[in-house]
Amino acid sequence: MLLIRCPWCGPRDEIEFRYGGQAHIAYPADPDALSDADWADFLFMRDNPRGPFRERWYHVHGCRRWFNAVRDTSTHRFVATYRIDEEPV
Amino acid sequence: MTARRLPDGGSWIDRSRPLTFRFDGEEYEGFEGDTLASALLANDVTGGFRSPILGRPRGIMTAGPEEPNAFVEVSQPWFDPIVAATMVELVDGLVAEPRAGVGRLPSTRVPSRRAEHRHISVETLVVGGGLSGRTAASAAASRGDRVVLVDERHRMNDAPDDVIGLPRTTALGIYDDGYVIALESTPELERLWHVRADHVVLATGATERPIAFAGNDRPGVMLSTAAAVYRRHFGVKVDEAPALITTNDVGLVARAMVMDGGPEEGPVINFQIDPISDELPTDGSLLVSGGFNPNLTLWRAIGGTVEYHRRFACFVPGKGPPWLKVAGMANGEHIPDCAPVWYVDGERTTAFVDLQRDQTVADIADALDAGLTSVEHVKRATYIGTAIDQGRTSGVLTAAIVNQMLGTGPDAQGPTSARPPAVPVPYTTIAGPDRGDLLDPIRRTRIHPWHEEHSAVFEDVGQWKRPRYFPRTGEDMDAAVARECLAVRSAAGVLDASTLGKIEVIGPDAAAFLDRMYTNRMSTLAVGSIRYGFMLGLDGMVADDGVAMRLADDRFFVTTTTGNAAMVLDRFEEWLQTEWPELHVYCTSVTEQWADVAIAGPKARDVLGALGTDLDLSPGAFPFMTFRDGAVAGIAARVARVSFTGELSYEILVDGRRALELWEALLRAGNAIGITPYGTEAMHALRAEKGFVIVGQDTDGTVTPDDLGMGWIVRKDDSDFIGRRSLRRADTSRSDRKQLVGLLSDHLLPEGAQLVEEDTGRTPMATIGHVTSSYRSPSLDRPIALAMVARGRQRHGQTILAPLPGSTIAADVVSPVFYDPEGARHDG
Ligand SMILES: [Zn+2]
Repeated sequence: MLLIRCPWCGPRDEIEFRYGGQAHIAYPADPDALSDADWADFLFMRDNPRGPFRERWYHVHGCRRWFNAVRDTSTHRFVATYRIDEEPV
Repeated sequence: MTARRLPDGGSWIDRSRPLTFRFDGEEYEGFEGDTLASALLANDVTGGFRSPILGRPRGIMTAGPEEPNAFVEVSQPWFDPIVAATMVELVDGLVAEPRAGVGRLPSTRVPSRRAEHRHISVETLVVGGGLSGRTAASAAASRGDRVVLVDERHRMNDAPDDVIGLPRTTALGIYDDGYVIALESTPELERLWHVRADHVVLATGATERPIAFAGNDRPGVMLSTAAAVYRRHFGVKVDEAPALITTNDVGLVARAMVMDGGPEEGPVINFQIDPISDELPTDGSLLVSGGFNPNLTLWRAIGGTVEYHRRFACFVPGKGPPWLKVAGMANGEHIPDCAPVWYVDGERTTAFVDLQRDQTVADIADALDAGLTSVEHVKRATYIGTAIDQGRTSGVLTAAIVNQMLGTGPDAQGPTSARPPAVPVPYTTIAGPDRGDLLDPIRRTRIHPWHEEHSAVFEDVGQWKRPRYFPRTGEDMDAAVARECLAVRSAAGVLDASTLGKIEVIGPDAAAFLDRMYTNRMSTLAVGSIRYGFMLGLDGMVADDGVAMRLADDRFFVTTTTGNAAMVLDRFEEWLQTEWPELHVYCTSVTEQWADVAIAGPKARDVLGALGTDLDLSPGAFPFMTFRDGAVAGIAARVARVSFTGELSYEILVDGRRALELWEALLRAGNAIGITPYGTEAMHALRAEKGFVIVGQDTDGTVTPDDLGMGWIVRKDDSDFIGRRSLRRADTSRSDRKQLVGLLSDHLLPEGAQLVEEDTGRTPMATIGHVTSSYRSPSLDRPIALAMVARGRQRHGQTILAPLPGSTIAADVVSPVFYDPEGARHDG
């Protein structure tokens, strides 16, 4: 079980969190301007790298805050966690 | 061969405390501190076990968790369907039977030990209470760490000062960031420890491995160090002069210990001196030492690598995570030099490699002959390493034999990895205290005590208990539901709707926010008005429905379906926090604060008037889809004119603490007109008569508003809302999508029934849809159903079929609104 540092609560057990998929995929400013293919790309397609990955986490059984993280998918090591309003490190 | 207890000696037993136990129907004596295995050997019970597949006689081969033969069922004083006799701590009155590798669950309730979970966070966890483990624990404690030391044996030397020592505790699995789950198993309880440690030290020692030779599975064959353990810790001598077959000096030392340094009688085969021998004793006591394998199960489970060590003929740790260290024999320290002898060629079909799977050198050779070359494939072809002991004695042996037979180097392939849990764990232990009443929280409404007093039959809706119906004496469910429905249609009924999810959405941007979350435009809603809305997923599919009441310009009261309350609040939070942090909106769950009582029926207004309220109830002053704050029966209330039955209906929201008072006042006020409490079953039938959908019953995450014939709920202006773009996808505008229809049939259709145009009598048949809701409609006095059917709206008037086992039901496709299609009744 991962030990995840919530930017608000500090290190807590993974069981308190919910995974939120890839981070920094903004909701399109004008969805109508997107082709069906581009919309499907936004909706369904996500990166799946080996190595550092920016992803979202939700401290659902804690402070109920969303935050972002950089996690190495090959080691599960968290490189950083940062608040939604912070710049990615 | 005769095993016996010596008159003295045995550091783990207390001879002043004799114990009586039963094994395989016979009564025996042992001492406190014995294991079942040591007590059996003390009584010269050296066999009595059978192999699981071939049924070959087997005996106790080890003194620890690596035991592959001596499995028992314990039936008193606790129950354990299968456990190694070497790991059963003897207690007075213990009853055990041999079990050939497979446990049996009893059909009746059996005594189980108290089960609990405990969580602990420390700087250092040490697994293994031997010398190196104790040294590591002591060093960590002296630098100020909080330290836990676990050891799987039932006897452990006292833990060093300031160290929490846990004997009888097996580390079951190791996970990221120093998380270890360990099972403390005592005669009284089973406790699952969840340990989070900054540093973990694996001082798990090394396990002696056997050698594969013909007949190496017979009773009397024992690992050499096991015999030494029985001699030293239990005062049990397995034989006066056992034979020995060894690849290393430890085997010689162990045999000398068993013989108390006595004369070196009996055959000794030492592969360090004589590389080949065919003089293997075929009966009597035979000690075996094939070398030592560092116990690296946990190390490998968390991704640690291993390297082959030629002199020791075993695998030692390579690289692992930074928080994990290996110490002592597990780290390759104090391992004796070892001749790399894995099997003695001869009759391969009785040269056992995995005794618990009854697999031999011949079986490995067969797998290789079939073309397999990977140890992983050999494992899957032979099942070697997949039994309860997970290959503790067979893993390295198998890899080495594969390497040797393929002619590759001994380091070419290592053993397959074991998986947690390291030892079997009863589900009762995993459940811990979370059983029975503690399995899941139960949520009850404030009116629940009244429901119980009035014989309500409850159903579970999520964690909520909701009255399903209120049977009177002699009524079955159909009769009760029919009576409740007809009361609502003809007079009035009351429903406890308190379980509805309720969220207050507050802030200057609340209206703009709800516009984005719902398909309807909520910002144009007048204060005091209500709008029914759909919430879609980004994929355009219906996710939830509910009503929004505008309390003030910057304040909304939103309801959700009972089961989706948490999901909707989470969804609000997600979008507010991650996409639109610039919106000033706060969302608060108020589900528990407000009780909600619905009164529905043509007499609802009369009852409310009789009850006494300061609200003007006339339709002009208090129209449909509005709400008013006022007093009802002297209780501050928010009264909403919404209807889930099609009848004139008021939902009365009050402070939960006054809900029961309101409920009873309503029943008194309506007594004269026959007011009737109704449950969820009547509610469902009444709404189905009106064609009102239930999200999650009539929808399944693949249904758009238009599929439900509710395209009107989706606003057509250019403003965006969640899911809007997906409604323009080619797939969501396909003309052959499934659409909501009503079905009329002579017989009740089962919910979930598949629908076809033509019953070919043979499966598979081309299906065109399925039944989502089905009831005996009391108002229409006939079965009705809702269904999702391809091109359903074009099929009104057609007859379609539901082929069922043994019969086929014909159904006419009609509008989903069966009752009061003009919608004339909601004003009363
Ligand atoms: Zn937090």
